[in-house]
Amino acid sequence: MSMPALKTEVTTAAMPAPVIAAPVVTLTPKSAPRAEKYAKMAREAAVRVVPPLIVLALLLVVWELICRRAGSTLPPPSRVFKDTKELILDPFFDHGGIDKGLFWHLSASLQRVALGYSIAAVAGIALGTLVGQSVWAMRGLDPLFQVLRTIPPLAWLPLSLAAFRDGQPSAIFVIFITSVWPIIINTAVGIRNIPQDYRNVAAVVQLNPLEFFGKIMIPAAAPYIFTGLRIGIGLSWLAIVAAEMLIGGVGIGFFIWDAWNSSHISEIILALFYVGIIGFVLDRLIAGLGKFVTHGTSVS
Amino acid sequence: MQHAYLKLDHIDKSFTRGNATTEVLKEINLTIDKGEYVSIIGHSGCGKSTLLNIVAGLTGTTQGCVLLENREVNSPGPDRAVVFQNHSLLPWLTVYENVKLGVDKVFSATKTRVERHAWVMHNLNLVQMAHAKDKRPSEISGGMKQRVGIARALAMEPKVLLLDEPFGALDALTRAHLQDSVMALHQKLGNTILMITHDVDEAVLLSDRIVMMTNGPSARIGEVLEVPLARPRKRLELATNPAYLKCRQRVLEFLYERHRFVEAA
Repeated sequence: MSMPALKTEVTTAAMPAPVIAAPVVTLTPKSAPRAEKYAKMAREAAVRVVPPLIVLALLLVVWELICRRAGSTLPPPSRVFKDTKELILDPFFDHGGIDKGLFWHLSASLQRVALGYSIAAVAGIALGTLVGQSVWAMRGLDPLFQVLRTIPPLAWLPLSLAAFRDGQPSAIFVIFITSVWPIIINTAVGIRNIPQDYRNVAAVVQLNPLEFFGKIMIPAAAPYIFTGLRIGIGLSWLAIVAAEMLIGGVGIGFFIWDAWNSSHISEIILALFYVGIIGFVLDRLIAGLGKFVTHGTSVS
Repeated sequence: MQHAYLKLDHIDKSFTRGNATTEVLKEINLTIDKGEYVSIIGHSGCGKSTLLNIVAGLTGTTQGCVLLENREVNSPGPDRAVVFQNHSLLPWLTVYENVKLGVDKVFSATKTRVERHAWVMHNLNLVQMAHAKDKRPSEISGGMKQRVGIARALAMEPKVLLLDEPFGALDALTRAHLQDSVMALHQKLGNTILMITHDVDEAVLLSDRIVMMTNGPSARIGEVLEVPLARPRKRLELATNPAYLKCRQRVLEFLYERHRFVEAA
């Protein structure tokens, strides 16, 4: 039975020379595959970019047609562009007070968000770890969190104004209180879902609680934590615009309110555009950070 | 008289949930000598994994205790390193970092940084995984993961190496290959090994003694079989070895005739 197998082995072994000599490798110019790669990348980019651009163009046309008629309450896109040309072209002017370029308004809002959100991230991860790790902390705190997180952000504003007696810390507090809940809840879920295997590994290696926190808990829960952080950044950007409308001063929210009071509808539309773009960028930023930190295991 | 290296002394284990108490293990007595390779075999649900967890210190006993070199051990530690069934590598660390985690902890006082690095690489070389040291667990195959798991355990220089169905999740070819590796390591390093398995051939091939467990609840040690085969053992030669076949037969008889697995009603 093994004879035929042996025979083929012998025949193939007998004539290896022509087999090796046969393929002659010709050197192809190196630029060809690179150009091909760029073409492929361009094609992929086009597939992503072209459809939304077409939809955007269609929407602008429809908007233009609807708002062009006399007596229309909202300006068409062409008017918006004409009215806000100065604001678009020079976002950096500063005439003192609140008469500033859009860059300054946006940067003031972003600073508030950065501060409030950072505090929320630290506090949220710490509290979430506590609630996820300790059954008693969960029993004590979870019901409280579930009630508090349903309170709308702006409902906190009068209370924080009463406490802080100043617009700036109140706005930061509203950002904090808005974004902290999803961070706490997602972190807690992540900590609770750490596989027993990882805990066993830590026990066998005898990690102390601090090492366990840094080397096992945080990395294991990172995908969940970043889900919470992403929801949090979205919510804080939502809240800041509303809060600034009420507290005044420099900020994109107040800019919108001010434009409304002076009936500059075009400026409102421009501000909304910026708010949307920045919200999108913030979201992608946190998602990208999560992807980087968790080596791609985080959902994005 | 020789002192037992690892001794399981009258171990009982029961789990209580509400008012119901289930007795899992009953009167487990076992002594293991230094350098011995002992397998525990039994049907699923007989509590063999619980027994391993008790030795590892991950689960407490209800009665009785585990003695290692005549000292009671009741919490987990690197002197009883475990190779887990599903490898349990930390996915956010590279192969190298996974092994280093234990090494850094165990040898923090006794080895310098350079020595620790050399020791990690030495252990990765032992399991032929040094080439993949910068890969993450998700980038290597199941057999490779288990090799790294073994390296991680070996690198802690355990007194007893505990293997919890280490080859259970692997395909047959990889399994055979890894069994040969573990045999070679045991030959070379002379570790004391306690292995949980449900594979009769694996138990006979690797072990000096096979501990056969009766079915749960209240599982106990039914029989202990000495495997009188000289080492190093060769898989292919053993296939026709009468002593091997006899041992195999004994285990099969125990598992499938006298203690057939009864489906819980």
